[in-house]
Amino acid sequence: MSDFMMFSLVPLTVAVVISMTCALLGNFLVLRRQSLIGDAISHVALPGIVVSFLLTGTLASTAMMLGAGASALGTVAMIELIRRLGRVEISAAMGVTFTSLFAVGVLLLEWHQASGVHLDVEHALYGNLESLIWFDGTGPAALFDPVALADLPPQLARVVWVGLVVAAFVVVFRRQLILGSFDPDFAASVRSYPALVDLLLVTMVAVAAIAAFEAVGSIIVIAMFICPAAAARLMTNRLRAQIAWSQLFAVVSAVLGYLLAGQGLGWLGFDVSVSAAGTIATLAGVILLLACLWGPHRHRTGVAASP
Amino acid sequence: MNRATRVSEEVAASPLAVQGLTVSYDHRPVVYSVDYVTPPGSMTAIVGPNGAGKSTLLKAAMGITRRLTGDVRVFGQPIERMSRHIAYVPQRNSIDWDFPATVIDVVTMGLFRNLRWWQFTRRHHREQAMESLARVGMEAFAERQIGQLSGGQQQRVFLARALTQQAELTILDEPFAGVDAATEKAIVEVLKRLREEGRTLLCVHHDLATVRDYFDQVLLLNVRRIAAGPVEEVFTERHLQATYGGRLSTVQLARLVDDQVPVTLGSA
Repeated sequence: MSDFMMFSLVPLTVAVVISMTCALLGNFLVLRRQSLIGDAISHVALPGIVVSFLLTGTLASTAMMLGAGASALGTVAMIELIRRLGRVEISAAMGVTFTSLFAVGVLLLEWHQASGVHLDVEHALYGNLESLIWFDGTGPAALFDPVALADLPPQLARVVWVGLVVAAFVVVFRRQLILGSFDPDFAASVRSYPALVDLLLVTMVAVAAIAAFEAVGSIIVIAMFICPAAAARLMTNRLRAQIAWSQLFAVVSAVLGYLLAGQGLGWLGFDVSVSAAGTIATLAGVILLLACLWGPHRHRTGVAASP
Repeated sequence: MNRATRVSEEVAASPLAVQGLTVSYDHRPVVYSVDYVTPPGSMTAIVGPNGAGKSTLLKAAMGITRRLTGDVRVFGQPIERMSRHIAYVPQRNSIDWDFPATVIDVVTMGLFRNLRWWQFTRRHHREQAMESLARVGMEAFAERQIGQLSGGQQQRVFLARALTQQAELTILDEPFAGVDAATEKAIVEVLKRLREEGRTLLCVHHDLATVRDYFDQVLLLNVRRIAAGPVEEVFTERHLQATYGGRLSTVQLARLVDDQVPVTLGSA
């Protein structure tokens, strides 16, 4: 029990909260057919984080959030610029933007490592849930002990805050989000400011991607945005139900993924443990595959039936 | 009475008056200096060839598309403060029909302006939406997924959403595109009833053959305003030729003027 408290409680909670937060936003990305923006944003969070690390010398959350947030908004601007000036498809503009910025991030990371500071490339890419150890979590009593609670890894509070902010955003802007996805011209005609809401959504995606960065890394987070929401869309034709399904899938993949990564291979007789983030993302992908094969609403209804 | 005051009185009474409206894409004007004062209680058709800027004119007037220049007024006030008086039915193909929403969800969107973020849709909102659905004969479909409807049914649901807005002016972008004859008739009936209630309608329309039957005003548009006014005065061979740049054959024109053989020009 104390082992669980010390080594697993925090990573598990972080994984669940991050998965749910990303999946919640993912619903709107999927509905807007903007899945790729989640990918783009999570990739460019890397150079943002590296630059803020280089400037401040710490991995303090505020500086990192600001750095990554700025780079995310910069990305959106850059994508728009390339799309307009180059007159190319938005997906092409995104592809160019996020791969090149991500490459810049990797180069910066390696370059500053040469100069002796430490920010691990591998963790930046794949995350490190397992490192979130609660040293004072020696038993259930620690949950009520203010001294022990103060020792909780700071990432936990960070992801919980981000989760609450994202949830509040979705609740407050639910009508604008729906209207802007379904019928943007009508949304503009009733002064729902779809473009502004779009930008807010992208900002929220950036915030969630940064919060997820430390836990699951900047690559795997894309699976958390898209897989549960895309699978949920195949389960229902109701938005509320879709969101509920996406949250369920997020929790299932986070919990099962974490447990499987730590213990599962041992149960199967292998004497290794694998990356929790990788296992969570893989499970999310498996859920999506299952939904594609057996989900009740796989057939798109968008094509009108005969009159 | 001098001309200036007469115009301003007209503008003050009009649910949508545009003056000098210009929209350009890539430095090329798609709508050039268009003036139009919509007479209150009228049903206006906006007619012109493909690419004439019909939809763009309306979108720019409503502030959906950015306008380069131009003054847009609703009952004499700048439109920015008055947009609640306008209901808009966009082109059917601009919508994501795959969206997980039911018919009643879509119609309730018409109440967007009445609902603050902390308010949930209540029974009386639903009842209001159901009333609008009943007016277009779609109340039986309330719980249907929107993607499962036929084109004509989708258009009627959109009309119901506009009815829910209870606006003075309803702007429709090709409401008859891709709908069957029965639905077209049903929609026209609803629109005519709205006009009888004193509301104003402004409609992008493609089917030249039905302009005389459905509308009382017409705005002929081809980037610029070619002519505008009562249908019987303005909808003439000379103006149509000017609008379509001489691309209408004499046979087509003769049909329009002589009898009601349907002639459709250009597709959506």
